Amino acid sequence: MKNCEYQQIDPRALSVLPSSAQNHTEKKAQRPRRKWEVFPGKNRFFCDGRIILARQNGVLPLTLSLIIVTCGLFFAFDCPFLVKHLTVFIPVIGGVLFVFVVLSLLRTSFTDPGILPRATPDEAADVEKQIDTSGSSTYRPPPRTKEILINQQVVKLKYCFTCKTFRPPRTSHCSLCDNCVERFDHHCPWVGNCVGKRNYRFFYSFIISLSFLTSFIFGCVITHITLRTQAGKTIVQAIQESPARYPFLELVVCFFSIWSILGLSGFHTYLVASNLTTNEDIKGSWSSKRGAEDSGNPYTYNSIITNCCATLCGPMPPSLIDRRGFLPHDEAIPAVSASEIELPPFTAKNDAHMVG
Amino acid sequence: MQGLVPAATDGNMATEFHNLQELRHSASLANKVFIQRDYSEGTTCRFQTKFPSELESRIERTLFEDTVKTLNNYYAEAEKIGGQSYLEGCLACATAYLIFLCMETRYEKVLKKIAKYIQEQNEKIYAPRGLLITDPIERGMRVVSFFAV
Repeated sequence: MKNCEYQQIDPRALSVLPSSAQNHTEKKAQRPRRKWEVFPGKNRFFCDGRIILARQNGVLPLTLSLIIVTCGLFFAFDCPFLVKHLTVFIPVIGGVLFVFVVLSLLRTSFTDPGILPRATPDEAADVEKQIDTSGSSTYRPPPRTKEILINQQVVKLKYCFTCKTFRPPRTSHCSLCDNCVERFDHHCPWVGNCVGKRNYRFFYSFIISLSFLTSFIFGCVITHITLRTQAGKTIVQAIQESPARYPFLELVVCFFSIWSILGLSGFHTYLVASNLTTNEDIKGSWSSKRGAEDSGNPYTYNSIITNCCATLCGPMPPSLIDRRGFLPHDEAIPAVSASEIELPPFTAKNDAHMVG
Repeated sequence: MQGLVPAATDGNMATEFHNLQELRHSASLANKVFIQRDYSEGTTCRFQTKFPSELESRIERTLFEDTVKTLNNYYAEAEKIGGQSYLEGCLACATAYLIFLCMETRYEKVLKKIAKYIQEQNEKIYAPRGLLITDPIERGMRVVSFFAV
């Protein structure tokens, strides 16, 4: 991780200085800025903060174009033949699946996965104060873990040096996006975004519907080629004959993608049923093979149906980063300067703590 | 958050709210107490009800605990997994998640209730004692912060 070097926050430097606030007022008086413009993570924003993507989203256009091109070829070349020989429902089903796949994909890519905003300097200093209670003048970084009990099981919370807070359980810091993401599953390059608490259900519906779509297209193309060969030609002749050439291309794409997508769907179905994330599964956090400790998954509801419902049909949590909110207006503070406000009694008490 | 400039006809409530906003901006570190999350029941949103020592002279323990427990109940209601949330989830899936463009989720409705509750508590109980609470959603649901004004 790049930002591993810890910098201690000096609490005394945190009090609001009226002079600097006024400087900012002059600079920002032109236009109110939205919070996404100053977002510290490596994300890109579009449509004035409505759409969020990871900075490196190079493979998302490839995913989209593969899907669109394959489906386009399917509708152009297979459907007319199959509608004539089989049923009109084939393009209808194909169309519905295609729309669902593209919408799920876009929803997964453009949704905030559950990014945790970084701690404000006040909170970070408070955390440090709680840890560094020995009051020694020699600086040392705060301990990296904190142990808590979840459902009678010990879980270690790690301290995130970039976000300056103890990560909630199941949260992980994505180095590609430079954000802590809640219920972090993995960073998916095909989708161009992290998969976390808020967009896992969209990701899951994307891969399931994509499995159906690829299987459907694969089946239709096989049927198409089979029907052509039944007219007395060999397979090679049938393929060489235009327009059956293009379905062969679809066949190749579908054949290679089916294995990986079906495998991925199966894997994620297992994860959903046992209420695990890819991250936890890879690290073996709750694997019973590790040592003699009784380490089961503390988040599971011990029922496949409840786990599935909780993960996929649970309530939709809100985005915590408030992309479209406006930055606090420094100019909104009128002539009231800090000197007019009395120093509240808290200051005296806490100064005593800090000095020691 | 409502606008920072209150309408002239709104009277005391708006002016009071405007004052609360100003006071919020001027608070500095030394005046803040943070109530952290309580993860003992999993990842659902709950805050610790342990009474912090810094607030001992400022507010009665029972009032503080009532506030935090009510907030915890609101969050539990928002995150409850039951009939209504399943219905919402299935309906959303059936419409390819387009329904979220026009409908507000239950969580968002409860968040609005929480914001109203916090404002009410600030006006009735905490501001008279020289304290203010910030809505946890503004801090990424990590802490409930109390600060002295």
